[in-house]
Amino acid sequence: MWGSNAREAHPIFFHHALAGVRNGAKMIVVDPRRSQTAKFADLWMGLTVGTDIALANGVGKYILDNDLQNDEFIAHSTQNLDAYRESISEWTLARTAEVTGLPEYAIAELATAYATAESAQICWTLGITEHHTGAENVMALCNLSLLTGHVGRYGSGLVPVRGQNNVQGGGDMGALPNKLTGFQDVENDEIRAKFDAAWDCTIPPEPGKHLTLMFEAMEKGELTTVFCIGENPADSEADINHARALLRGLDLLVVQDIFLTRTAELADVVLPASAGWAEAEGTVTNSERRVQRVRKALDPPGEAKDDLEIINMIAERMQPGWGNPGPQEMWDELRTVSPMHAGMSWERLEAEGGLQWPCPTLDHPGTLYLHGWLWEDDLGGREPAPFTENTWRPHVDELNDDYPLLMTTGRVLDSYNTGVQSDGYNSPIRSGEALDMSPSDAARLGLSTGDRAEVSSRRATIEMEVRVQPDLPVGLCFTTYHFADTTDTNQLTIEAWDKKSGTAEFKATAINVKPLIAA
Amino acid sequence: MTFVDIPVEIRTKVSISVDGEAVDVFEGDTILDACTKAGKITPVVCYGPTVTPVNACRVCVVELEGSRTLVPSCSRPVEEGMVVKTDTERVGHSRKMVLEFLATSSDVTQSNDIMGWLGDYGADLDRYDPETTERMTDEVKIEDDLYIRAYDRCVLCYKCVEACGEDAQWTFAIAMSGRGFNNRISTEFDVALPDSACVYCGNCVAVCPTNALQFKTEFDLRKMGDWRPEDQTVTRTVCSYCGVGCNLDLHVQDNQIVKVDSPMDHSITSGNLCVKGRFGYQYVQNRPTK
Repeated sequence: MWGSNAREAHPIFFHHALAGVRNGAKMIVVDPRRSQTAKFADLWMGLTVGTDIALANGVGKYILDNDLQNDEFIAHSTQNLDAYRESISEWTLARTAEVTGLPEYAIAELATAYATAESAQICWTLGITEHHTGAENVMALCNLSLLTGHVGRYGSGLVPVRGQNNVQGGGDMGALPNKLTGFQDVENDEIRAKFDAAWDCTIPPEPGKHLTLMFEAMEKGELTTVFCIGENPADSEADINHARALLRGLDLLVVQDIFLTRTAELADVVLPASAGWAEAEGTVTNSERRVQRVRKALDPPGEAKDDLEIINMIAERMQPGWGNPGPQEMWDELRTVSPMHAGMSWERLEAEGGLQWPCPTLDHPGTLYLHGWLWEDDLGGREPAPFTENTWRPHVDELNDDYPLLMTTGRVLDSYNTGVQSDGYNSPIRSGEALDMSPSDAARLGLSTGDRAEVSSRRATIEMEVRVQPDLPVGLCFTTYHFADTTDTNQLTIEAWDKKSGTAEFKATAINVKPLIAA
Repeated sequence: MTFVDIPVEIRTKVSISVDGEAVDVFEGDTILDACTKAGKITPVVCYGPTVTPVNACRVCVVELEGSRTLVPSCSRPVEEGMVVKTDTERVGHSRKMVLEFLATSSDVTQSNDIMGWLGDYGADLDRYDPETTERMTDEVKIEDDLYIRAYDRCVLCYKCVEACGEDAQWTFAIAMSGRGFNNRISTEFDVALPDSACVYCGNCVAVCPTNALQFKTEFDLRKMGDWRPEDQTVTRTVCSYCGVGCNLDLHVQDNQIVKVDSPMDHSITSGNLCVKGRFGYQYVQNRPTK
């Protein structure tokens, strides 16, 4: 588990991990915090925030130096090993230990355990991706799986555990700037021609913009109209004051949501939607690529309408005759343009309770794990998987005397993202509004649990309650952004973002904490 | 290349006799599995498909040839050539008495299964003098808005303890405390739930056979005399929170979600959920009251 607090963020997935541990599996947790997940681990690696590439490269070098790699797999299924070996040459145990703050023996133990296991998985979440080097962090982990052959076979693999119930499905459906439905490349003329013919239109050949680039385009005045469906960027973006100003400056903002969120409050037009999982019919795709049906159990309130119906109504205004195709009609159309979904009939989804893509034909059982082709004797004309070179760069927000503490963010068990959903129930175990701080930092500042403090970053100052948390190392603070109405954490966070993924560095904000004297 | 393929489970077939009928099951199955396969309806209280049997209730006993005592079918693994009898007077008598003991020491009236078996086995609760029969008389513990603990309904089956512990949740917020008549399921030092290690997954509520652990929504509706299972719809959908894809069965009465559970045989959940999935639905129905 690398940069994942699954015990709190993915509790039922973690049940399966714990069942494995009970059956004798070894679990190593890499996380700056001694998280609830780390407490179940054989080994907790409390690395310094943002040094994941250093650790991964150090582990890679240790594997190669000690001849623990899978030579047969590397020769048959990978390429670019020499360049990779060269790129990690500086990452001796001593250098890796110096940068990550981890003891050398622990790095060696991780490397040995991973390389010599019969099967092994690396599971990660936002602890890997919410950095300005997020994509490279992922690639650095992929290198380890290529070194050892822990990919593409039963029990081994690379597992990014998805954080939202349909974030996978959104990507599958083509809600990505550079992909059409079924991850088909928008820049590929043949693919585009297929969609042009199916949809009777001309698809622009250039990729669109992801959210971060959209905000840049707003800043340049190139993007003046936004139609925002089921997203709350006015609470969720890093450096939120800046993002809110840009949203306010739009000529037209249309928000389609189930609540009047902070983003909806800024909108010119609000379209009330129904809740996709309980008030509408459709599908979602989970972390294991399993497409499952969601069903309507409740009538939506007032004039709220199904998202699909709202979009159909807008489309009808744009192109009379569009009609109001329902979820099953839409699904059947999808199956004609997306080969990986072609075998998933609505009836099969009902009868089989869910299917994992790719599922190209009606008699295909779905796919338990990906990249099995790496183990075929004939790679089928595919290029062997390339090792990549990834350079460690420290987090952007530098620590200095004015901002001596590092704040990282994450989820807690009973809450979720900006709290739009999870604020709705009375949880007896609510936490996460406070700034968690190590006992020695708190003592140095004269703070106790429950005290209030002024928390400043280079972008803003907010008032927060402090909670002393012995599971945090000295110098590291933690909080969530579940309670934007009362604790507007994202005023503090930095908008520095990864050019490959568009994700902001929510995991590393330099802060200063000043105790407030009780009035 | 060295390749770990999807392991195929190889199970040895085992043949046993149930009430004179040959039944083929597999090594590792239990006598209960064989009885079920033979079409027998076996009363069970402490048994559940997702928890390890602890043999607490003894309702599921059967006669096993060669065994001096009756054996609990839910936990006894099958062995080749076993001869099992379920329709004997001895079995019926034993089940009847165990059900009588349970029903006279705890309030089992909210368990449709147990109430049905009491009739099936001809249980006679009146022959136990209420003056001299020790009963669970605990007051209902209402400590939060999510679920209540009515230990006057508890039959000490241990399923909640198993679900909270090694069978699913690994939280260990509850255990058995006290001895003899003082036996109770309890948090550490009997502290209130919000002060305990409880993480409110509700996986204990999901396995409780007598409604001793009960969702607050159900408890409140029952109190108002407005719990109407016959008017409820159950709709299977997928949780709206993280990306694990837990299936939810939404029990809806008058356009309100009144209870959430997950199928025990679902490959993702095995009937288990987290606090968000089990209780976090409220946001879709925080509506202005009429």
